[in-house]
Amino acid sequence: MTFTPAPGSAPFLRQVRAQSAMEVRLLLRNGEQLLLAAVIPVLALVAGVFGARRLDLSFDHDPVDVLAPGVLALAIMSTAFASLAIATGFERRYGLLKRLGSSPLPRTGLLAGKVVALLCVQAAQCLVVGAVAVGLGWRPGSATGVALAVVAALLGTAAFGSLGLALAGAVRAEATLAIANLVYLLLMAGGAVVLPRDSYGAAAGVLQVLPSAALGDAFRAALIDGRPDLVAWAVLAGWAVLGTLLASRFFKWE
Amino acid sequence: MRYGDKVAVDGLSMRVERGTITAVLGPNGAGKTTTLETCEGYRRPRSGRVRVLGLDPVTQRKQLLPRIGVMLQDGGAWSGVRAVEMLEHIAALHAHPLPVPMLVERLGLGDCGRTPYRRLSGGQQQRLGLAMAVVGRPELLFVDEPTAGMDPAARRNTWELLSQMRADGVTIVLTTHYLEEAERLADQVHVLDRGRVIASGTPYELTAGGESTIRLVVTEPFPPDAPQLLATDLGSGVEVTPINARSLLISGQADASTLSVVSAWCEQHGILPESLTLGRRTLEDVFLQLTGREFEEADR
Repeated sequence: MTFTPAPGSAPFLRQVRAQSAMEVRLLLRNGEQLLLAAVIPVLALVAGVFGARRLDLSFDHDPVDVLAPGVLALAIMSTAFASLAIATGFERRYGLLKRLGSSPLPRTGLLAGKVVALLCVQAAQCLVVGAVAVGLGWRPGSATGVALAVVAALLGTAAFGSLGLALAGAVRAEATLAIANLVYLLLMAGGAVVLPRDSYGAAAGVLQVLPSAALGDAFRAALIDGRPDLVAWAVLAGWAVLGTLLASRFFKWE
Repeated sequence: MRYGDKVAVDGLSMRVERGTITAVLGPNGAGKTTTLETCEGYRRPRSGRVRVLGLDPVTQRKQLLPRIGVMLQDGGAWSGVRAVEMLEHIAALHAHPLPVPMLVERLGLGDCGRTPYRRLSGGQQQRLGLAMAVVGRPELLFVDEPTAGMDPAARRNTWELLSQMRADGVTIVLTTHYLEEAERLADQVHVLDRGRVIASGTPYELTAGGESTIRLVVTEPFPPDAPQLLATDLGSGVEVTPINARSLLISGQADASTLSVVSAWCEQHGILPESLTLGRRTLEDVFLQLTGREFEEADR
């Protein structure tokens, strides 16, 4: 073996592919992450639908038609926020970000790798949750509705992902773990993501500004009514701008 | 360079020739890692100028990074990643990486190739870190304490690897607090203490000068004026440096006749020598003479 120097950077797209493939592999290998990504949303959906049918709670529609979009939004949020923040927090803690910082992978490549990995995991989540929902009697509606839901998912990923990175880059990994899980649970319970805002009574108006409610609203508007919820999109875009500012201001690589 | 109020590296100046091994030697906290990380572009010096391969490591980082290899002191991998998987990942980021299986074999990582990073031993993590630094075929390699935590066999293997890389034209800058490592491996040594270079030269230049040394260790603490008394007996051209209460270093004209003067002096003062060693000056002695502190003592 010769060590004669032959330095050089791999092409950008190959680097991004390697980085995202690695991130997806590691995520699938991690039990807690899978719990967060798939098991909790599926449980929420199944329990919600059976519970609502049993108690004969009628939203304006069949429970599964209301809950399936909400749970899809929950899955998007869990991956873009909690999983991303926790994984990145530990990457920082274990010196992985520092290590990659001296490799030929540019920061844009690292970020692109993370985004591609996120989108892959989210696509898989939506397939699983969607399949369970279909099994429970859900019909996803029109192609327009699905396309609008994809837009909502991308906006939601930008909002929650940037907030997650800001958190992971600012505080210690253990604190990121605790805060990300806590925020996720609070938003799941009280953030109008799974349940529509009007089930929260008087708080419905205030909840509108939360990214979780906006993501849920946008998913329900798209998949139930086949229309864009422009207010919710604007709220998500606002959070994405704020999250990006916070992340670029407070993210520390070491 | 400062961390808060603490000055980590101050007024440091060094130059590295291509195709050589340069050792930055010093006790813990001397500023070795800070020096290296300034060259790697992780830190921006408050004053002064750093050029690596002619590039500014901060503003021209993008051009510089593909050309250098960096081994961090610890960490640098996902906790759940398998050893070989991590190495393959770093290889995939480079244009012409070394063949991973050969590197795995060369560094003895075959047995732990499928072990998750968090379950590797300290020495295995070090070897993987070194493999990650060299896999991209860099022209310039920065290694931070490459053999810390390695067993003697792995240490020798690492020395051989680094020597072979130099022979193949790679420039290497390493930090170490093993004096032996610097003496065995380096073409050029810079001794760092408290953020300053206190000596530079080839190991031969630093340790030679026709000088040999005598280390005297005694059973009971010396009387307070012992070094001066002994120096008077030995005459000019000989330097006596106290190391601690029970040992001192004699350098300069340290030969057989000096030895006999020392033993006569011990007898005269009723001092019982525990050991009296005659040897070539080592980097350890250089450090002691320059700082007045023992290397191991400073290394805490």
